[in-house]
Amino acid sequence: MSENQIVINNLSKVYDNGFNALKNINLNIKKGEIFAMLGPNGAGKTTLISIICGIVKPSSGKVTVEDFDIIEDYRETRSRIGLVPQELTLEQFETVFNNVSYSRGLYGKNPNPKHIEKVLKQLSLWDKKDLILRKLSGGMKRRVLIAKALSHEPKILFLDEPTAGVDVELRKEMWKVVKSLREIGVTIILTTHYIEEAEEIADRVGVINQGEIIIVEQKKELIKKMGQKVLSVELQEEIQDVPDSLKKYNLIIGSNKMSLAYTYNLEEKQTGITNLLQDIKDSGLRLRDLKTEQSNLEKIFVTLVRENNEN
Amino acid sequence: MKINYYGFKAIYFHEMDRFRRTLGQSLLSPVISTSLYFIVFGSVIGGYVQKIDGISYGSFIVPGLLMLTLLTQSISNTSFGIFFPKFNGTIYEILAAPISAYEIVLAFVSAGATKTLIVGFVIFLTAQFFADVQVQYPLLMIFLLILVSFTFALFGFLVGLVSKDFEQMSIIPSFVITPMVFLGGSLYSLDMLPEFWQVVTYFNPVVYLISSLRYSFYGISDFNIWISVGLMVLFLSVCVIIVSILLKKGYSIKS
Repeated sequence: MSENQIVINNLSKVYDNGFNALKNINLNIKKGEIFAMLGPNGAGKTTLISIICGIVKPSSGKVTVEDFDIIEDYRETRSRIGLVPQELTLEQFETVFNNVSYSRGLYGKNPNPKHIEKVLKQLSLWDKKDLILRKLSGGMKRRVLIAKALSHEPKILFLDEPTAGVDVELRKEMWKVVKSLREIGVTIILTTHYIEEAEEIADRVGVINQGEIIIVEQKKELIKKMGQKVLSVELQEEIQDVPDSLKKYNLIIGSNKMSLAYTYNLEEKQTGITNLLQDIKDSGLRLRDLKTEQSNLEKIFVTLVRENNEN
Repeated sequence: MKINYYGFKAIYFHEMDRFRRTLGQSLLSPVISTSLYFIVFGSVIGGYVQKIDGISYGSFIVPGLLMLTLLTQSISNTSFGIFFPKFNGTIYEILAAPISAYEIVLAFVSAGATKTLIVGFVIFLTAQFFADVQVQYPLLMIFLLILVSFTFALFGFLVGLVSKDFEQMSIIPSFVITPMVFLGGSLYSLDMLPEFWQVVTYFNPVVYLISSLRYSFYGISDFNIWISVGLMVLFLSVCVIIVSILLKKGYSIKS
């Protein structure tokens, strides 16, 4: 097997109603990485995951998991994968322990109460093991879904919106679990709306929009490459219009009329800051303070999707 | 992994566990309703009805009522078994598991048939309290019970697979199976009907099932027993073919 654990080639999906959910997707997932898939609602994230896991049939293209084809060798591929779905879909009347054990059996693994115990303890569910699922809170149900996905010791874990509707504390706890799984070599692919989540835990980020992958990049590289900085110039007096001599800098006047914002890219040879400050001084404006701010993944994501939608 | 034995076992016991959790509804309810039939038709009304082919009316209706239970139970057990995960979304887990479509069907159908046979066995025991029940050909009876339970459990799987809501689920048992059993000679001998209705009844497949089961009990039948068995095998084959086609197309679940 190459370093790519999952290889997706020219994958497309057209649903019966004619909706083209995925358009010629090409993507590789590396062994042991945390890959975050970002995209607005209806972008095709869940369809992509569902195809790899065997829930949705692809219209065309090929997907391999550790060199096994997801259609022909489905037993091999699926036994390597754990899936945490987006919806809180659980049996109502079974106990936590039995339901997690059921998942292990379904995936063709012999019963192993020790492993189930380990997983439940890892997810702080051990004291709830005899409770029936209906009695659990939303957050607890989410943990049970993760426990079910880990019950058969998968090498790859798909988390579809794992922290949707989860409070901050639990979200951070889940990130901890995800990181600890990576430490034991589990590859993790997660879809999320929370850019903060991708920023916090992902190694690589892919942005998907209208069924197409717009970009796939190392998170740090992406932030560096796409990330723009904003220089905020605070003034001593109110300003109504940008002086003509400063028009070329595309400055934006702050809402309090007491500041000017200048966007620049660190990757470029010349940021233009020196000239800007000189021209501000020449225009007679008096400065009070200066501050710079790095744009985060969220801003990059919004920009990418907006540009893609316009094209 | 050539066969997912643990996966089959997981679904089978998961279904059996549901049966255990809802014992009142799944076992007690059919036993009570069938007992009421035994009391009203067998003991009360049966006292005023003359013997049919030398058998008391109370005893005569036992195979028919047993068949009614087998058919309705086997269909409802498996149809609910597959419909529920579809309804609450937990089907995702079965679809994403390394288990073949045939293993899934076999697990659900085996569990449905097992539950039906348990209910059937309890009803058979209950019948002893209300009527003089003798089984002339016990092996044939067991064979028929197993064949009927599996065949109609598979049919129930089909119903659950194609049903979009609870209403559709109840259409087949309520509007097709129950009338067919009642009009299929479960409570009377076909000889009692006017000739025209006798001919009409021949087009009711359940008639052959009841008749063959009655043959295994008392050695009397309106038809050759092998016609019944042949028809049932034919019906089973049709169900297998339809289920196979549906599974190939994605169970009407996979998009």
